[in-house]
Amino acid sequence: MEDFIVAAVKTVIAFALLFTVVLLLVWIERRIVAFMQNRLGPTRAGPLGILQTLADGMKLLFKESMTPDRVEVWLYLAAPIMALVPAVLIFLVVPIGAPITIGGTEYTLQVTDLNVGVLYVLAMSSMAVYAIALAGWSSGSKYPLLGSVRSAAQMISYEAAMGLALVPVIMFNGTTSLAGIVEAQGATYFGFLPAWNIVLLPSFVVFVIAMFAETNRAPFDLVEAEQEIVGGFHTEYSGFRFALFFLAEYINLFNMSALTVVFFLGGWQGPVFGPTVLQWILPVIYFFAKTFAIVFLFIWVRGTLPRMRYDQLMGFGWKRLIPVSLAWIILAMIAVGIRRFGLPWA
Amino acid sequence: MPPGREPGDRTHGAAHRPLDLDRPTKWIDFRSRKPANGPGGYTERATLVRNQYFGDYTTVAVFLLSGALLVAAAIIVARIVAPRRPSRLKATPYESGIEPIGGGWNQSHIRYYVFALLFLVFDVEAIFIFPWAVSTDYFKSIGNGGLVFFEMFAFVLILILGLVYAIRKGVLRWE
Amino acid sequence: MSDEYRAMMHRSEVAVSVELQTQDMTLNIGPQHPSTHGVLRLVAQVDGERITSVEPVIGYMHRGYEKLAEVRSYAQMTALVNRIDWVSGFASEVPFIVAVEKLMGIEAPERAQWIRLILTELFRISSHMVFTSSYPLELGATTPLFHVLRERERVLELIEGMTGGRFHPNFNRVGGIKPAAGGGKTQKKVSMDIPEGWLDATRATMERVMLSTHQSDTLVTGNELFKARTVGVGVIPGDKAVEYGLSGPNLRASGVAYDLRKHEYHLPYDQVDFDVISAPGGDCYDRYWVRLQEIRESVKIVLQAIDKIPDGPLRAKAPRVLKVPKGQIYVRGENPKGEFGYYLISEGGQKPYRLKIRSTSFSNLSILPWVLKGALVPDLVAVMGSLDFVLGDVDR
Repeated sequence: MEDFIVAAVKTVIAFALLFTVVLLLVWIERRIVAFMQNRLGPTRAGPLGILQTLADGMKLLFKESMTPDRVEVWLYLAAPIMALVPAVLIFLVVPIGAPITIGGTEYTLQVTDLNVGVLYVLAMSSMAVYAIALAGWSSGSKYPLLGSVRSAAQMISYEAAMGLALVPVIMFNGTTSLAGIVEAQGATYFGFLPAWNIVLLPSFVVFVIAMFAETNRAPFDLVEAEQEIVGGFHTEYSGFRFALFFLAEYINLFNMSALTVVFFLGGWQGPVFGPTVLQWILPVIYFFAKTFAIVFLFIWVRGTLPRMRYDQLMGFGWKRLIPVSLAWIILAMIAVGIRRFGLPWA
Repeated sequence: MPPGREPGDRTHGAAHRPLDLDRPTKWIDFRSRKPANGPGGYTERATLVRNQYFGDYTTVAVFLLSGALLVAAAIIVARIVAPRRPSRLKATPYESGIEPIGGGWNQSHIRYYVFALLFLVFDVEAIFIFPWAVSTDYFKSIGNGGLVFFEMFAFVLILILGLVYAIRKGVLRWE
Repeated sequence: MSDEYRAMMHRSEVAVSVELQTQDMTLNIGPQHPSTHGVLRLVAQVDGERITSVEPVIGYMHRGYEKLAEVRSYAQMTALVNRIDWVSGFASEVPFIVAVEKLMGIEAPERAQWIRLILTELFRISSHMVFTSSYPLELGATTPLFHVLRERERVLELIEGMTGGRFHPNFNRVGGIKPAAGGGKTQKKVSMDIPEGWLDATRATMERVMLSTHQSDTLVTGNELFKARTVGVGVIPGDKAVEYGLSGPNLRASGVAYDLRKHEYHLPYDQVDFDVISAPGGDCYDRYWVRLQEIRESVKIVLQAIDKIPDGPLRAKAPRVLKVPKGQIYVRGENPKGEFGYYLISEGGQKPYRLKIRSTSFSNLSILPWVLKGALVPDLVAVMGSLDFVLGDVDR
């Protein structure tokens, strides 16, 4: 019974946290981009405009959700749900803080710790392509179709690069559990350098680039390039159905940033000191600080770069990222091999 | 530690092998950490403390269900509070303000079935490498580590050759 | 490499490139589309994302200026003509007024001509800044828009300070220019001229404009992604550009260094020192680059002009009721977008018999079907944006 309660509490907290963070995230992005562009961004709703996203969401809730007459109704209705649910599910395995011990029981700050966490994450992030492809196809309209066709190609290409970028991480940390990967990064080199996986720099770079493509963010936002294909896959969506896509996009943004932190930047690891409560809170703070640093990177890039063209994007993925990842896997294999088995001539 | 369990009890997962990692390797292990698969490493502890409640995937299912329910509830709420005044013009698919010409589902040429095939190859490859990457220690401990290690090495090399071949053949060009 | 091997390679090449039977999709781009600059409609045949043919459909914004001109007096016409190409209103006023002046045998005083020149160049700066700000936006970069438009606002303030209007100054009069803003009845003698402090403000603003072009250079011009999207895209060779009647920066970006400011002197361009910018590539990048450089040249011209501006009357003697003698004339000028001309036929009387407007964007747009053949949909946006047309100017 106690287990049920723990699980229920964790689920509720996870949902609350996720949606709060996303509401903040949209506001943060709009404000930061605004400051980069000599504007103020939203300032009216709530202190400093912090409730703007909530207001927008409420507005969309009260808007008519139109259904065009050429749609495949069931797929059309299912697509926003298919976009949002996998996005939420990724957050399930993200450890947001060090395990805390209350009354002799250890609670992990993670909804569940799957032993195949990495595979789970990759599987869930590739679910997103179904939502977008189906949304575009089922709309029965041309611009969404173009958008979905683009997204299918883009996401599968960068999916492969992303999976390959994670291979060295797993080889070095020896586990596919996200909590395990974070724990492995708690070690130090020479007693003071944190052993974060960012030392696998090519992997990190490939992963971050692939992440931009997976979340359809600038400069890879071809899927919804409004100057070219208007709204892309969500052109025919309005009202709350559109809001679900929007929400999913930002949840994905947060999740992907969190995953970067988990895989490469040591997760919640950081110097911990002081009383027990502080020892619980500090890792959480480290985790969110690192995550928002990555989010800032996302926003910064969006404020700076123009969009890539479609064939360039595919070429870049297949002719740069994937060969680089493969070459790096070979190098990492040699390094791991030497560490495990010694030098071949020794 | 839940009651009724002893340290060393394996709760789930494959039976763990005796690992011989205390033997010093020739490589200087300058990291302070114990390997995840070693005694007292992450994997051993995780199998003990992880999920004293129902199993991992039950949680996933609960999360999935609650997520879907939440979304469904939101859609239903939107359905109740939002106005619905359909009209013929509103239901027209968007085509830059013009009555659409032709249907939305032409058989237009999508130029990347080759990409889809390649994707399959590389994603499956990644799936193969993941279990290999976590079990090199095990294979080392049962004695054929070098062989298993070299096999994956050869596998990746062959794939690289395949990619080089694909690029040289020009299938990754856009026309 | 042996012949057999080559033949084998060839066979497998053929096997790889077997194409499925597909049909082209007719895609309407516009009139309500974010990147058609208004109400241009392109009917494109697309094969996947490749455009096999494109046909521009224009006329959604036809306002009938040529016909309107036949029922408006010459004085009323200036208000109309600067609404044809609304981004560079003043520059299209000048050739019309010069045409009327020439038919009537009036010449504007020198001071008026210099003010016309300064305002034309300010509008050129403004128009090119609209381009350098919005072109990156079409390629997906949102930030340059705000940075460049903020500086453009300073230029518009200058124009407003002089003329009282930001977009549609309506500042030309037959025989000269209107008294400057702020010139009331009581101050008629002293202030029917450039407002006080305007020249200093212009100098300061020109510095900001130069700074803004520098910002564009650092943020956009050298950007690898921007280059990837524009270099070699939408190439218009010089001969094609001439064939299709391109003019202005679009022509000069194709390697044809032809600038009306060096040929038609109804404004004192011969007395200022400036270079005709041209680039050999003919691609979108060059069209962007040429415009960015032309902003700098225009700044140069403005700074020289405000030093050279002579004293004197603002307006030559012209009858209160304009009656243009019978005759025909074609006057053209270098609008920011290219050659802008008026063919004016007068049968005497207060109204033109016929006015033919040679609007720049119409001619520049005409190359679109040729240059877009075989391009990708994202290139369509890049090419269309780089031609820098205004739909009001196309449809008139």
